[in-house]
Amino acid sequence: MTAISEPAPVARNRRLEWIRYNPTIVIGSAILAALAVLAVIAPWIADDPLGFDPLNRLKKPSAEFTFGTDQFGRDVYSRVIYGARISLAVGVSVAVVATAAGLLIGVLCGYYRRVDAVVMRVMDGVMAIPPILLAVALITLMQAGLAIVIVAISIPEIPRVVRLVRSVVLQVRGLPYIEAAIASGTRSRIIMTRHILPNTLAPLIVQATYVCASAILTEAGLSFLGIGTPPEIPSWGNIMSTGRSFFQISPWIIFFPGVMLAVTVLAINLVGDGLRDSLDPRIARRL
Amino acid sequence: MTAYIIRRLLATIPVMIVVALFVFLLLHLTPGDPAAVIAGDDASPAEIDGIRRKLGLDRPIWEQFVIYVGNLLNGDLGTSIFSNLPVLTLVKQRLEPTLVLAVSTLVVAVAFAVPLGVLAAWKARTLIDRVVMGFSVLGFALPVFLIGYLLIYVFAIELRWLPVQGYKPLSQGLVGTARSVALPAFALGMIYMALIARITRASMLEVLSEDYIRTARAKGVATPSLLLRHALKNAAVPIVTVIGIGMTLLISGVVLTETVFNIPGLGRLTVDAILKRDYPIIQGLIIIFAGVKVLVNLMIDISYTFFDPRIRY
Repeated sequence: MTAISEPAPVARNRRLEWIRYNPTIVIGSAILAALAVLAVIAPWIADDPLGFDPLNRLKKPSAEFTFGTDQFGRDVYSRVIYGARISLAVGVSVAVVATAAGLLIGVLCGYYRRVDAVVMRVMDGVMAIPPILLAVALITLMQAGLAIVIVAISIPEIPRVVRLVRSVVLQVRGLPYIEAAIASGTRSRIIMTRHILPNTLAPLIVQATYVCASAILTEAGLSFLGIGTPPEIPSWGNIMSTGRSFFQISPWIIFFPGVMLAVTVLAINLVGDGLRDSLDPRIARRL
Repeated sequence: MTAYIIRRLLATIPVMIVVALFVFLLLHLTPGDPAAVIAGDDASPAEIDGIRRKLGLDRPIWEQFVIYVGNLLNGDLGTSIFSNLPVLTLVKQRLEPTLVLAVSTLVVAVAFAVPLGVLAAWKARTLIDRVVMGFSVLGFALPVFLIGYLLIYVFAIELRWLPVQGYKPLSQGLVGTARSVALPAFALGMIYMALIARITRASMLEVLSEDYIRTARAKGVATPSLLLRHALKNAAVPIVTVIGIGMTLLISGVVLTETVFNIPGLGRLTVDAILKRDYPIIQGLIIIFAGVKVLVNLMIDISYTFFDPRIRY
């Protein structure tokens, strides 16, 4: 009887212990989960984010308008809730696009040394360009749209991913088991995907969280400048952008989306830091 | 040493060539007709044609590239489509506010972050450490435009200590300039402070666990001297490195900060150029900012020999 029921408490303890040692991952994920739920159920908990209401322009936060209204009488609360969709979508998309592209280029560079020399010079050049300016240049030349914004934010993030993946591949490449695989005639594609790729995953996941956070900030920054997400879509940056000329009399238009933005980025960074510490115990012990 | 500097200077050439090639190809490889996009939705075919000719898009691509690189080597960064002024002239007009802002931000960030990082490492695992690190985590998450407006709201609107927005040039007196860049420098410096404080703490912790620190402590070196002369100087290399990495944050942040604080610098030049889709200006600014970043990184590499004489080139 006891022999059967024993494993359960051990498993639970281990899980509790994991949470106790990684509180940041738990807190960060909880905040992100809550934000994701808000984004999904937006149509049920918020009014029309685009609804003009000239009678209620620049209203202070009140019972009727939780976060106040903007200069067109649009409800800031509804806009902020809908804005979560854009920020999360952009963050996740950029993280996926940039890490996927970075992974591909990084593995190829680490594996084929001749490709490496050329590609890394290109990466150095791209890295020298400030990310926001690179995104700006791309957006200036193409018609604005959410997909273009995602691509424009992804490109400057790629070199850092490439460097990370490449360094891991270079480390692994020299190990005897890869030599053994080459000697036994394993095809390059199999070596790369089955023997090298898994080693890059842990640092890549951590990097992806930082890419995600930085992408959300860049999208908000571009929209704040008026050149990111098209202005008719309520993104946090766009809401803050509309509040720019009125912030002395109605600071809430900038304040609420700004705080949501900060909380989101904070949550992602907490998850990233937590993952880094639990995946790389060497750094964890030092901090 | 001289040979090393020359070698490093030469190594910046391929990077800058890639940057130049990149901005050049961007104009040509983007799908659609850039001339039409730049001209805007309600431009006539003649206007589009005019812009195409101004950008040189009507010539063969190799000819365009040769002309472009030749101009760059002569210090010609191109000509604005709308004002017809050389990009370099426009940049010179807007340089001072950005330079003052960048330098103040750097000074503010280092002046606050390094002592905080040292303090956190010295008092590791105490409340002080937790507070400093908490501040650092927060600093990474707060967007510069939110911090900017919060600072304006508290210090300019509520307390009325500092001007709300705008920039006073140096020629009108140092005090006015200092007052006008105080808030932007803090807003822009926040993420920088977070970065530097974090790396200072980590680097100091590593150094403080070394044997020679214990020896110094044992022979009775006073704590301030121990922390600063013995530990901080040896912990400096990662700190200086991260200050260089932060240059990217600084440049990206300048564009946003100048918009929040209405400062007529290079950031505003960028934003104005974007809104008018004046691509030559953006192209020129990218070359300039990338060049600055490459040079700063070079200077940082050279500064290593000062902090760590074991590094010889």
